[in-house]
This record gives sequence, C-alpha cells and structure tokens, in this order.
Amino acid sequence: MSGIVVSERGPTVGGRAVRQAGEWLPAVVVFVLVVGLWEGTIRAFHVQQFLLPKPSSIASAFWTQRHTLWPAGWYTFKEALGGFVIGSVAGVVAATVVGRFRVVGTALMPIFIAANAIPIIAFAPIFGVWFNPISPHSKMAVAGVLCFLPVMVNTLRGLQSASPRQIELMRSYAASDFDVWRRVRVPTALPFLFTALKVASVLAMIGAIVGEYFGGALTALGVLISSDAQVFQFTTAWAGILVASLLGIALYTAVVLVERVVVRWSPQARGS
Amino acid sequence: MNSTSVVRIDGVTKTFPQGNVTALQEIDLELAPAEFVSLIGPSGCGKSTLLRVIGDLIEPTAGSITVNGKSVRQARNDGDYGIVFQDAVLFDWRTVAKNIALPLEMLGWERQRRKARVTEMLELVELGGFADHHPWQLSGGMQQRVAIARALSFEPALLLMDEPFGALDEMTRERLNLELLSIWQKTGSTVVFVTHSISEAVFLSTRVVVMSPRPGRIAGMIDVDLPSPRSVETREAPRFFELVTEVRELLRKRGEHLLPEEEARIS
Amino acid sequence: MAHAAIAAELPRRRVRDVPLVRAAGRIGLVVAVLVLLVGLWELYHWIWTSAGWTWPFPVNDTSMPHVWTIVKAFGQPAQVNQPALITILLHKTAFTAKEAAAGFAMGALVGFALGVILVHSRLLQRGFLPYIVGSQTVPILAIAPMVVVWVNPKLPGSLQGWGAVAVIAAYLTFFPVAINTLRGLQSADPRALELMRTYAASRWAVLWTLRVPTSLPYVFSALRLAATASVVGAIIGELPSGIQDGLGSAILNFNQYYSLEPQELWATNVIAAALGIAFFVIVVLAERAIVRRAPENVA
Repeated sequence: MSGIVVSERGPTVGGRAVRQAGEWLPAVVVFVLVVGLWEGTIRAFHVQQFLLPKPSSIASAFWTQRHTLWPAGWYTFKEALGGFVIGSVAGVVAATVVGRFRVVGTALMPIFIAANAIPIIAFAPIFGVWFNPISPHSKMAVAGVLCFLPVMVNTLRGLQSASPRQIELMRSYAASDFDVWRRVRVPTALPFLFTALKVASVLAMIGAIVGEYFGGALTALGVLISSDAQVFQFTTAWAGILVASLLGIALYTAVVLVERVVVRWSPQARGS
Repeated sequence: MNSTSVVRIDGVTKTFPQGNVTALQEIDLELAPAEFVSLIGPSGCGKSTLLRVIGDLIEPTAGSITVNGKSVRQARNDGDYGIVFQDAVLFDWRTVAKNIALPLEMLGWERQRRKARVTEMLELVELGGFADHHPWQLSGGMQQRVAIARALSFEPALLLMDEPFGALDEMTRERLNLELLSIWQKTGSTVVFVTHSISEAVFLSTRVVVMSPRPGRIAGMIDVDLPSPRSVETREAPRFFELVTEVRELLRKRGEHLLPEEEARIS
Repeated sequence: MAHAAIAAELPRRRVRDVPLVRAAGRIGLVVAVLVLLVGLWELYHWIWTSAGWTWPFPVNDTSMPHVWTIVKAFGQPAQVNQPALITILLHKTAFTAKEAAAGFAMGALVGFALGVILVHSRLLQRGFLPYIVGSQTVPILAIAPMVVVWVNPKLPGSLQGWGAVAVIAAYLTFFPVAINTLRGLQSADPRALELMRTYAASRWAVLWTLRVPTSLPYVFSALRLAATASVVGAIIGELPSGIQDGLGSAILNFNQYYSLEPQELWATNVIAAALGIAFFVIVVLAERAIVRRAPENVA
C-alpha cells in the first residue's frame, strides 16, 4: 500500500537550479542597482564626499587599508565571539535550571522579559571600570550580557512548549522526568534556541563595538572607526564600518549554517 | 506473538473538581483476552477519560482497576500497553524508524534488537521504504500507521486507541480499519478503541460499549457477532446494518441529554 | 486533553482571576525580586571584599557601591550649586524619552509600511529582505555622528539635535517591526484568503479586513522589542553627538569622574534601566487596551 509522500524537490535538476537562482538573484540585482545609483549620483552631481564617499572609494580603502582594518576587525570579532559564546552558554544553562522548576519559570518569565528591556548599553562603561577599559574583556562582557537574555528567554520558552500529547505519550512509557526532558523538551527547544542565537550573533558584534566606544585598544575596530571619523578620514571609517558589518553577517551566517545541520527537521531550516 | 490480558474495571468514578464534572460514574467493565472493544458515545460521555484511566494517565476518584491482575501503575511501568492518539504525535526530530524505536529505547533494548523489530513493524504496516523519512514528509494516514507501528513495537498485550482515524478521510479510514484488523489478528492483543463512528465501531469490534454523558456511564453493550475475518463485504451484510441500527437506537434512547447537533454528528 | 475539554464547559471564577489581585500579585513579585537582587548584591560585595578575591573583577566601594549609597546619591546634587541628582536625571530622561518616542513612532511606521509593501511581492522580499536584516549589522554607533551632521541642517531649528537622534532610534526600531509585520501579514489562513477571493476583494480590502487583524499579535510582539530598541537607539545616538541634554551625556560625564563619585553613574544606569522598562510596560499596557486580551507570546 503506498501513500502520498510530500516532497519539496522540483521535478527536474534544471528546474531546481533555476528556482535556487531565483532565490538570491533579486537580492543581487538590488545590490547592483543601489551601489550603481550611489556611485552614479555622487559622480554625476559631484556630491561632497565629506560624509558619504563613493562605493568605489570605500572599496579601495577597504583593500588599501587592510593591514590596519582587517586585524582590527579580527580583534573586535574575537571580543564579539567570546561574548557570544559565554552569553549563550550562560543563557542555556540558566534556562535549563529555571526550566526544571516549572512554577518558578512561569512566574519569573514576565520579569525576564521586562529585564530584556533594560538598555545594556548604558552599563558598558561600568564593564569598562570592572574589567579595565582597554582590555577586550570589558567588551566581551557587554556582548555577553547582550546575548544572555534573548538566549535564556527563548530557550526557556522552547523548553516549556513541548506538546502535552507528546508528554502524555512519554508517560505511557513510564518515562522519568529526565527522560521527558531529554527526549522531548530539549529537541523541542532547539529551534527556539537557534532563533535566539541568530539575534545574539548580530547583537554580539554591536555590543563589542559600542563597548569600544568607552575605551579600547587602538587595535580595536570600533576605536579605529571613531578615530578615523574624528580626523575626517571618512572613507576609511566607512571601510571600517563595512568590515564590522561583514563580520556580523559572517557570524549570523555561521549560526544559520549550523542551524541547517542541527535542526534539519524544523520548519525554519526547511525554508518554509 | 499471542499474549493475553484481562482488564477489570470496578466501580470506577472520576470527578473533576473544576466545574464539578462527573466524567465517569460507577463504571463496571471486564475485558477478555484478545477482545476488540469499542467505546462510543457523544462528547462528554467519558470515553476518552476511561481510556486514560485504563492507561494510568488519569487517576480515578473512586473504584479499582486492574490490568493483567496488576495495578494500572504497575502495568504502565511494565510497558503492558501501547497508546495511539488522534494525532499521530510523532517526534519531528526523529526519522520514522527512530520514532517507532522510541518505546524500545525507553525499555532498554539493545540496538540490534531494536533495529530488527523496527524493520518487522515497518513491514507490518507496509511502510517498508520509509524508514529514513521524517514525519512531515508523510501523509496523515501514513503518519498514523507509524503511530500504530510504534504502539505495537514492544508487543503490548493491551492497545489503547483514542479516535486514531478521526482526522482521516473516509476511504483512508476504511483501509486502515482493515489493516488494523489484520494486525490485531496477528498479534492477538486486546484493543480498547474509542470512536465517534458507529459503523467503524461495529466493523472493528467484538463488542461495542455505548456510553452516555452527564454523568458518564455505560448505557449498554452490544456483542458483535459478525464473522471473522472481516472484509469489505462485511460492510454490506444485512447483519451489519442491523447491528449499526441497534447501536444507534441505544445511543438515541439513553442519550436523553443529547443536544440536536450532537445527535446529528453521530452518524 | 479530555478532562480539560470537559472542564471547559463550565466557567470557573477564582479569586486569582480578579484583575486587581493579579496586578497586586505581579507587583509583589517584582518587589520580591528587587529585594532579592539587592540582597544578592550586598552579599556578593561582602563576601568578595572579605575574601579579597579579584576574579572576575576586584570588588570595593568604587567598583560596587553599596545600594544605599546609590539611593542616597539621588537626593544629593552632583555638583556644587546644582539641584539634586534625581531632578537632573529626570530632565535628561525626559529628553531622551522624547527622542526614543519619536524614533519609536517613525521606526514603527516605516517598519509597518515595509511589511505591508513586501507582503504583496515575493520578488521584493527576496530582493530587499537580506539588506533589511543586514542593516542591523552596521554598527550604528559608528554611523551616528555622520547621521547627525547630515540630518541636522535639514531639520527646523526646534527639532535639531534631538531630531537626528530620533532618526537613529528609528533605525533600530524599524527592523523588528518590519520583520514581524511581514510574518504577521503572511500568517493569514489560506482558506480565509480564498474566501476573500470569492468576494472579488481588492488587495487593499484583503489587507485591511484580513491580513492586518491577523498580524496584530505579531506586530505587538515586535513593538515590545521596538520599545527597548528605541531607548537603546536614543542613548547610542546621543553618545557621539555631543548633545548635553540627554542621558547619554550623563553617562559620559559620570563615566569620566567615576573614580571620584561612582554612585552617580550607577544612579544614571538605574534611571536608564527604568526608562527602558517603562517604555516596555507602556507598550504592553497599550496592547492590552487595544486588543482587549492578554498579550500573546509569539516568538
């Protein structure tokens, strides 16, 4: 007896390639159009390059200044990555601990969500005081705290959202609480965790750069960008911003790729 | 694979404190080995509650119940029954094979034994090529077959089914009815089957238990003396229609509390 | 589950359900948590100073002022011949709040509009969504001074300064609103959409009678995030722009002489935290009033 198998693959290999191209082609077109328009307007109207340099200038500064910009980017990226890892791990651990005590979790959830509303940025100088304004640790702390709350809140929500039927099924197998947690709650929480990690990956880089505003080594990207801006080297500053943005995207993409592998079965990873 | 089970339900009552609802009142029922018993009745008659009481998923307020001579708690701990819900309740993150293996993992079977049994069950429900698929890649009927395979994988003596085919279209339903019967013949389990459909109840069962609501109680029982094994022709036999009518009459008579829309729904 | 279905037939009214009691319970919980936090703070301070541990950071009255010191600081002037700190901070908070509120409004409108535009075209979605997401990877702090210099001359006099910061706040606000509005508008039941098609409803009609109401939970979920984002954006925008009237300048000033008067920076941070939470609570209450039921937990 056969049944209907729902498949997302197209009928032909060629058809599939076309569909995949159709996915990213519009974005590429938009990119080309915007960059072209930007470059064109500035050239044609001789707009002062004071604040907004030509894309070509930015690109060339990106390349020519790479000996300072790229290592600085890496330095800041390490701060962001460190904060991302520490904050996310702490968030998962905290969610697990709070999740064990159902009543506590549900009662405190509104408090956690409200705590998420605190502008952590305001605490960046405090972290500078604690961990020495120049050292990377203060920036890692900012990034870490920024990542902690979304990861914790979302993971906790995920742990709490197992379907009651699935739990009933496990009970019919005389499963212990630990079994239910391991086999049902954790897999259910994974998609939620990855949603939070995607948010956190972007926040981590931002947090590191904001942290650097309050003091940082000269080899840090945030410091470099603001000092370039202060001496009116806007092209270099924009190139630095480009580096920061690319690194943020890179971390985000890395999380998305890991998500595709680990959480292969979730609706997000399937691309629905 | 023949196993025996006796379920003895004695004066079981269940009230829910919220709203003071008496879901079950003084239920007395005995199930013999290898029986196929359907529980049928309008909403609120307690059939799903009774099923869960048998499965030790809900505790009765009064009365006693034993499965295979043990307490239901013991029976649950010993893995004496399998349960199938109206939704397949499969785990999205496991393949079909791993879903079927779930209770076996819980019971501590080693990998080789699990693998062998899973293959066996896939053959039984005729899903041989789908071991590595994921639940979302299957149709509703196929998912339900996986759920049945899972429930039977550890050869429970008792099978509890809560409107398992309720979400499927009529043709798939009739096909799965036949499959279920053939599986039942092979395994010899006792089946408690909750349903809304009179024709399904009569077609599948050796005995139909009619329940009525508010408070939930047994209104009557009808032995189904249709010949076995049942087939497509059974549905067209005169005796089939007589039995269906008997059940319907019983539902109508004892269901004085039925609302018109409920009555229309029982067809 | 079966018993829930049965129990749901009859309504139940318990003391717990009365709104006033629930509110009191919530407030009680918040107070309890605050007391607990203060207790933990002082405990940490005491243990670390007694033991002399320097990890993760050295603990003393400068790095971790006593809670009472911070509370007292509110009542005292920060500099000679000035009103009490709390008065100054409240003025600055009002200023920053103005920027954040303006930024919130602008960002929410832009985000909503983007969502509405994008839901009607998959092509536009594929073209622009990556950049909308990518926009948030650009470190706004680095761009802020340039935005301020560029926007200020274009604004009427009364809006200058804080108007540019509002733009920066809007930059952080539009993103969650745009993404969630899109998701919300897309979440309409396909069968309801089919129904609208049988009425030969125009796209506009479908939008307003079906998609928008369906999207409300998502939009409000985003507005809660946006409330925080707007406050963060306002503070970040103030930092490099030299504006003296807002919380950003207070943070920078008190950071400079932190070693002398650490409690003042802490007091500022407490107020900033309160501002963020206040915005959040306002959105939650607004949602309750508009939708007339509890806010949904849409991830």
